[in-house]
Amino acid sequence: MTLCVENLNCWRGKQALFEKLSFTLEPKKLLLVEGSNGCGKTTLLKIIAGLRQPNGGGVRWKQKQLNEVFDDYKTQLKWLGHNNALNRNLSVRENLSVVLKLSSSRDADIETAIQKFGLSSQQHTLVKQLSAGMKRRLAIARLIIGRSSVWILDEPQTSLDKAGIKLFESMTTDFLDQGGMVVMASHQPLSIQNEYIQRLSLSR
Amino acid sequence: MPELSFFILLQREFTIASRCTQQFLLPVFFFCLVVLLFPLGLSPSPELIQTIAPGIIWVATLLAVLFSLDNLFLEDFEDGFIELLIFSPCSLPVLLAGKVSGLWLIIIAPLLAISALLSVFLGLPVESLSTLMISLLLGTPILMFVGAIAAALTTGTQQNSMLSTLLILPLYIPVLIFASSAVQNAATGLSASPQLYMLSALLVLTLTLAPVAISSALKIGLSQ
Repeated sequence: MTLCVENLNCWRGKQALFEKLSFTLEPKKLLLVEGSNGCGKTTLLKIIAGLRQPNGGGVRWKQKQLNEVFDDYKTQLKWLGHNNALNRNLSVRENLSVVLKLSSSRDADIETAIQKFGLSSQQHTLVKQLSAGMKRRLAIARLIIGRSSVWILDEPQTSLDKAGIKLFESMTTDFLDQGGMVVMASHQPLSIQNEYIQRLSLSR
Repeated sequence: MPELSFFILLQREFTIASRCTQQFLLPVFFFCLVVLLFPLGLSPSPELIQTIAPGIIWVATLLAVLFSLDNLFLEDFEDGFIELLIFSPCSLPVLLAGKVSGLWLIIIAPLLAISALLSVFLGLPVESLSTLMISLLLGTPILMFVGAIAAALTTGTQQNSMLSTLLILPLYIPVLIFASSAVQNAATGLSASPQLYMLSALLVLTLTLAPVAISSALKIGLSQ
């Protein structure tokens, strides 16, 4: 079970964001995508997630082209974009229960996610009344609802406090230990053991 | 679980609607006001109003649907919820069909009840009232689903909603023609069945094809 990127090219307008980008991601590895603003981190994540088509090259999942196996791939995938995908007029619990219904696993539950992220006291609060940090916590809590083997995260630590970041890091380490793969764009220092981390730096 | 996935977003729409009632009542008020404007603007002769009543009700319904479709997918698109839907194992067209149906139930169903009342005020004969209601029942889901395609397209490409209005109004013309001629037939004592059959056929066509078009339009928007 590997994620393989081969000779990826991508242009924004006439300008090349990246060219001939290749890497392979094995289980128990975290790919940390680094680079300055506007260098194409989010675009790369979108391509890896199959949301966007590259201008050249391709992504392979289990040795097959992504568009051929997308139906299988998407059940293994958890995506966290830079927006939280939470509806402001729904409560914490209601938002998570929609996610649960949309997920493939039948045995998953939202109680663990609520407790682990310290959201128990606010589970009936509407999302519009939460602070930015709490919203991000809630969005991250979504990752542990249901089974998955690939996480694609776009700057997950944004607006989290120190405790939140620690929680995120320990959760990610657990996931990697269980054989998960993470692709993550970030600007912030990450204290996850180096043996897991594989770095990719995008530059123009 | 295809039969279940239809209800996920439908139920979600109902919960959201219960939190911001006024936003979902606006199209209904809008509808009442537009219907009111016609008798005020035209000469107040009962015969005239009676003849054009089906047209008034239909044009007002059409405008109310346009009004309510304005930002159909904007919020879900901007906060990234559509991405979650794409990665869900449930079929995207079925999920989105659930969302649009939910909105139909929330916004249009009350509008149908009120339009029955308003058409009596406009002096529409009781014989043609049932035909008007059937034509609305068949026609408004078509308006909703066709409008949702345009809303999805303009949300994705970040065009303004004026463009989506211009895109869909011509597509509404067949529905308007068949529906109002059905009511006119009923008012003159003729059979309205041909027009209603046509509307039913259009409805089936829209319900089967529109969800696929909506989901493709949103996917295109996300790949920008």
